Amino acid sequence: MADTKQNDSFVEFERVQKSYDGETLVVKDLNLQMPKGEFLTMLGPSGSGKTTCLMMLAGFETATHGDIRLDGKSINDIPPHKRGIGMVFQNYALFPHMTIAENLAFPLEVRKMGKSEREQKVKRALDMVEMGAFGNRRPAQLSGGQQQRVALARALVFEPELVLMDEPLGALDKQLREKMQFEITDLAHNLGITTVYVTHDQTEALTMSDRVAVFDDGRIQQLAPPDELYEQPQNSFVAQFIGENNTLSGKVTKIDNAKNTCVVQLDSGEEIDAVPVNVNAVGERTTVSIRPERVETNKERLSPDAHTLKAEVLEFIYMGDIFRTRLRVAGSTEFVMKTRNAPDQPRLRPGEQIEIGWLPEDCRALDA
Amino acid sequence: MSDTTGSGPMLAADGRPLKESLGRALRRQKLRALALIAPLLFFVLLTFVIPIVSMLIRSVDNKIVENTLPGTVPALAAWDSTTQDLPSEDVYQNMFFDLFNASEARRHTRLGSRLNYETTGLASLFRTSGRNMDSIGEVFQDAIEDVDPRFEEGAFWFEMMNGAGGDAMLEMRRARWENLTEQDMSADIGFMPSQAIIEILPTTAAAYTDWAIWTVIDEEEVVSEEDPWEAVYAALAIDLRNPATGPALAAYKGPGAEALQTLAAADLPDLTFAQAFLDLDEDWADKEVWETIVVYSPNYTAGYFLNAVDAQLTPEGVSMRPDNQQLYIQLFIRTLQMSLIITGSCILLGYPIAWLLANLPVRTANVLMILVLLPFWTSLLVRTSAWKVLLQQQGVINEILVWLGFVDDANRLILMNNSTGTIIAMTHILLPFMILPLYSVMKTIPPSYLRAAKSLGATNWTAFWRVYFPQSVPGIGAGSILVFILAIGYYITPEIVGGTDGVFISNRIAYHISSSLNWGLAAALGTILLVLVMALYWCYDRIVGIDNVKLGG
Repeated sequence: MADTKQNDSFVEFERVQKSYDGETLVVKDLNLQMPKGEFLTMLGPSGSGKTTCLMMLAGFETATHGDIRLDGKSINDIPPHKRGIGMVFQNYALFPHMTIAENLAFPLEVRKMGKSEREQKVKRALDMVEMGAFGNRRPAQLSGGQQQRVALARALVFEPELVLMDEPLGALDKQLREKMQFEITDLAHNLGITTVYVTHDQTEALTMSDRVAVFDDGRIQQLAPPDELYEQPQNSFVAQFIGENNTLSGKVTKIDNAKNTCVVQLDSGEEIDAVPVNVNAVGERTTVSIRPERVETNKERLSPDAHTLKAEVLEFIYMGDIFRTRLRVAGSTEFVMKTRNAPDQPRLRPGEQIEIGWLPEDCRALDA
Repeated sequence: MSDTTGSGPMLAADGRPLKESLGRALRRQKLRALALIAPLLFFVLLTFVIPIVSMLIRSVDNKIVENTLPGTVPALAAWDSTTQDLPSEDVYQNMFFDLFNASEARRHTRLGSRLNYETTGLASLFRTSGRNMDSIGEVFQDAIEDVDPRFEEGAFWFEMMNGAGGDAMLEMRRARWENLTEQDMSADIGFMPSQAIIEILPTTAAAYTDWAIWTVIDEEEVVSEEDPWEAVYAALAIDLRNPATGPALAAYKGPGAEALQTLAAADLPDLTFAQAFLDLDEDWADKEVWETIVVYSPNYTAGYFLNAVDAQLTPEGVSMRPDNQQLYIQLFIRTLQMSLIITGSCILLGYPIAWLLANLPVRTANVLMILVLLPFWTSLLVRTSAWKVLLQQQGVINEILVWLGFVDDANRLILMNNSTGTIIAMTHILLPFMILPLYSVMKTIPPSYLRAAKSLGATNWTAFWRVYFPQSVPGIGAGSILVFILAIGYYITPEIVGGTDGVFISNRIAYHISSSLNWGLAAALGTILLVLVMALYWCYDRIVGIDNVKLGG
């Protein structure tokens, strides 16, 4: 490759486009670089193009335009079986007519590996996922979680450098899912494998990944580590998609570039403080986004000149560790505030009038 | 729910034993279930089980010989077929009365046809001889009536023969008629053989009783007003030949005693029945005729089954037929072979189509599915006839091949009226039966398996062969069973395009049912076919396991 500056990226999408019907693009101009050993999650609603990206990387779909590179080499013309990429499928795709050990031996067999070496590797891989005792069973005799582990072991047994996972935990119940999330990340980091993980579950994405790529409408809306993604969403889609979020719409009336703050006049007339994220000029329409847990009722924690809003309590829900309060704020009845269940935290009653505010950096003025 | 503390049986809430209550509740359910399937059960019983059982019976049933020749068969038991001699005069006499009655009832030709399956020529022998039994009897009738004209009168005969005490004889003769005609003969006939006559003239009494029953029941006449038939005179002559008859008659005082005594003293023809039969047809001196009757006299015979496997029953035991008469084993083998070839070609042609159906986008797959099902909506006869148009030597396929220059005009391919034609046409007709189960099984194999295999490093072929194919095997199994079992009993298509060497065993069965009327052989062939299919099914179950057969899901 002539372009030497990309040598540190292991997986690379460059200006990749994909269309199935020649009329609409499912993936629009995708650019992505992944260093070796990274755990990257593609997150997005269904139809956002994330699975298509994964399939292009695996070789089951061809890119309509653009270049996909693996370890610096373009793999556009390499058939899937020569790419050497491990893959875990949504429904595991364990071959039902083979035993677990045969399933695991399959990739080694097609690589013409000797019998003793094969058995040794199969055993090691099964032990790795704590399934050593199940080699002679058939997939149908295992529980969902066990099948999941076997699928993982099978994708890893031939020691690929890149593993793709297509919503692998979708069929498991919540508890098992959380356990497997931990096991998968643990395994990936211990083995130093580069992992591309596709999911539509944002909790999964946040807890497992080094970086998350949020997909919508065939584009990556934001590519960032989980904390940055949650706290500093780059646009209203990401803000909405990741976690719970309150939105208020209004118009920018003042921008202070030095302090990186701005004032937004809401449609109901009140003014609030916000961080300008993708607003550039006074008078632009914007949607401000505030996380429910960053809404503050205690004025002492706010700066003296901070703007506050009047709010009416509509509903107070006791959830154990937190209180969830629905408020009427600036004409919106869906404004939610989450407060920690602390001794000094007042329990509000519906109809109560309160005043709320927030730190300017917690309120982000995004695209309208 | 009271009783868990006591040692007695568990009781239901109303105090009855729990078991009884449960049984009652379950019984009601079972009855309801039975009532629901009763129409089907009845239908299956009526249209499936009963015909099959009756077919099985027909393949061994052989009562016709003993029913038609009730006197001859026991008489022949004393005959040793290994000697050079023909049967004794006694056998010929019995044959005379049996054939006489049979020809009156017009049953002799049926027996002739039956025995003709075993030895050719017997049909015409029985037909012509049966017709001429009267003429044998007439010889004696004329002689007896010449001696005393009173023997021409029915009333005289009736007075002489009628009496009391002959119930046993009457019932025995009745039973013989019933066996022969398969009709009810139990009506009152206004005649009872006299015990005195039975003792002196047993043959005559039997023959007269036979006539009396037939006259009353079949011809609806009155016994006393009719002249007896010729067999009665022949019987009288036979009785009078018996040296013991003369002294017995001398002591007889009953009606007609004087006329009988006169007759005993007179000179009657000394024609033997063996000679009479020989005069009719010299085949009656052929031992093979009598051997055939002996061999096929039991009520049940393995003859049809032996016939169906090219064997035959002889007095020496079972032997294979001569090579030039062997037919069925070869036909069975050919039927199996061709069914296997048809099944194989259905797999080869159907598999890719089923795969396409299962993997194409729904819209395209539906169009393709209609193409697959289209033959189903066309009459079988039309499809087969269409193949006739395509395959004949001046047909579409040959014309195209000649036009393209692949085939010389003088050497057009013979695609029809041989096994090639049958295989081509039946493969086409049975193809949907292979495609549909294959398709429904393939539909359940997620494409992710193939992808998984490829991602694990398998080439397209390895992925197909190691991962996809084994999972589609149940579909192949189901399709093969369907196609094979349908093919093995196929009739119409081989009949139309099969010619002579492309026909199946079922065509032969049909021939015996409708043309040669040898239903026994047809039944035996059908039974063998049924057993063969069940045996193959059993083998299949053993080797593949019927649980592994899926029609979908």
